[in-house]
Amino acid sequence: MTTIDDQAAPIAIPIRPDETKAERNERLRLLARSPTFLLGSILVGVWIVCAILGNLIAPHDPVAPDILSKFEGPSGAHLFGTDKLGQDVLSRVIVGARSILVVAPLATILGTVLGTTIGLVTGYYRGFVDEATMRVVDAVLAIPLIITALLAVTAVGPSRKTLVLVIGFVFTPIIAKTVRAAVLGEAQLEYVQAARLRNERGPYVMFVEILPNVTGPIIVEFTVRLGYAIFTVATLAFLGFAADPTIPDWGQDISTHYQSINAGYWWPVLFPSLAIATLIVGINLIADAIAQLFER
Amino acid sequence: MGRFLLTRLGLAAITLLLLSVLVFVGTNLLPGDVARRKLGNTASQASVDQLNHQLGTDKPILVQYWNWISGLFHGDLGTSLSYRLPVSELIGPALTHSLKLAAFAFVMVVPLAILGGIVAALKRDKLTDRVITIGGLSLTVVPEFVTGIMLILVFGLWLDLFPVSANAPDGSNILTQLKYLFLPALTLVIVLFGYISRITRAGTIESLDADYTRTAVLKGLPRRTVIRRHVLRNSLLPTIAVIATQTGYLIGGLVVIETLFNYPGMGRLIFTAANAKDFPLLASSVLIVGIVFLIATLLADVAYSLLNPRIRYATAE
Repeated sequence: MTTIDDQAAPIAIPIRPDETKAERNERLRLLARSPTFLLGSILVGVWIVCAILGNLIAPHDPVAPDILSKFEGPSGAHLFGTDKLGQDVLSRVIVGARSILVVAPLATILGTVLGTTIGLVTGYYRGFVDEATMRVVDAVLAIPLIITALLAVTAVGPSRKTLVLVIGFVFTPIIAKTVRAAVLGEAQLEYVQAARLRNERGPYVMFVEILPNVTGPIIVEFTVRLGYAIFTVATLAFLGFAADPTIPDWGQDISTHYQSINAGYWWPVLFPSLAIATLIVGINLIADAIAQLFER
Repeated sequence: MGRFLLTRLGLAAITLLLLSVLVFVGTNLLPGDVARRKLGNTASQASVDQLNHQLGTDKPILVQYWNWISGLFHGDLGTSLSYRLPVSELIGPALTHSLKLAAFAFVMVVPLAILGGIVAALKRDKLTDRVITIGGLSLTVVPEFVTGIMLILVFGLWLDLFPVSANAPDGSNILTQLKYLFLPALTLVIVLFGYISRITRAGTIESLDADYTRTAVLKGLPRRTVIRRHVLRNSLLPTIAVIATQTGYLIGGLVVIETLFNYPGMGRLIFTAANAKDFPLLASSVLIVGIVFLIATLLADVAYSLLNPRIRYATAE
């Protein structure tokens, strides 16, 4: 016959001790040695420096038109040439890093905070709320991300705030799905049952007990989403929905110049394209390295 | 199996209903005053009121939603504001064009990506694997318009091998048409390659590690036979089913690619509608895209469960 003591016994034993400091340091050391992580960090680091310093390191004023030197090819005076208004392409590429590196991370943070909360609640309580939320998630996911964003930006008009809100909200269900899956696995474990038996409140169990144990998937999801956020911001700008049309923006610069490719003017298009490509690849290399670390 | 199908159909129907609500909210509620958004701030209140009345957007929200949905069931997708044509007449040809482009891209990417994934899996953690995996990932995450621009610069401008517009002259034969479609299709191929090869690689690695593969090796079958008969047979069928779920991303990519290459498909239709604030056209075409995606996912689910009884029974419980 089972006594009360027998049932209570496992509770006292910490089944999943918190990750020790040594383990965390070991992880960081492995990460610092991963070549993909290093390459990604260099690529992203360069653009962060450009975004912070901006006008300070740009050789010319990025928004100073010069009618006399329109579409000048790359030369000593203008390393990346000039665009159709005679503006220096190199300066516009350097300063253009700022707008995308402000909007995309903010949107990703918004989506991660909302998505994590929803994922914790639905994964922990299950039941009707869970079912209903997952159906909404499926519906949102049935429309391609860029079309959802296009729809929302068309409806309310583009601005920095709208872009952050729209992309953040679109990411929320996707992140919620990932977090929910991780929480489902954790909720079966004994430390969660122990906390429940101790009569801890739901929010305490979710945010203090479960959350620290699902940070891995959340960090991975955050970096992957950050790449998608940059992808989306750049694509929307190319489609004519830049956050602020008056400041240099890579996607917008490509959109205003790609018709001139046929005339042989490739430089105002190539350099912003390379900028977008290197930034996104950099972030995804970092994401890939982190994901591999947590899969170990 | 019947019960599984019913559950899946039921879930798809609920998702579809929610989808229609989302699209409706995006195209009718978010803009606030639809006619004002369409006509701009300078339009007179009288013309705004008239357009709202003509569109039915002056009615209560639930009535508007009901009118739109019941119209859809009768095949009435609404009337485009900018083209002044029934939406169904615009969507028909656009869908055909997009399918043509997508089919061309799929024919190229599926064999390539599967091959890439298998090679990567067989050379797991070696240099070949890292090159295929990291290279594929990098190509997949770069926005379609950037990839497309690069292809236009290299193949269109510098090498001058392919036309940069996707529209072949009227009445040209199939080969010429394919030549014109090559660059847009190649853009899609590059975007999809990384994703599909990643799935194939994961599937192949899973069956390489499986017990039945070890048994086959231990009973002395040659490596080639093991791979062909035991590994590939188990890893490829699910991969093919998973590819169907990629249609969503495919259509998202089409918006940009068709705009870049000036190709009159679904993607460019949605983009034009968004720019012209043509809300009826936008609503119906986005809903059609969602429906196409849901059907593809449903078919993929069914195909997958046919191939894998474990999924079927787990859901039916």
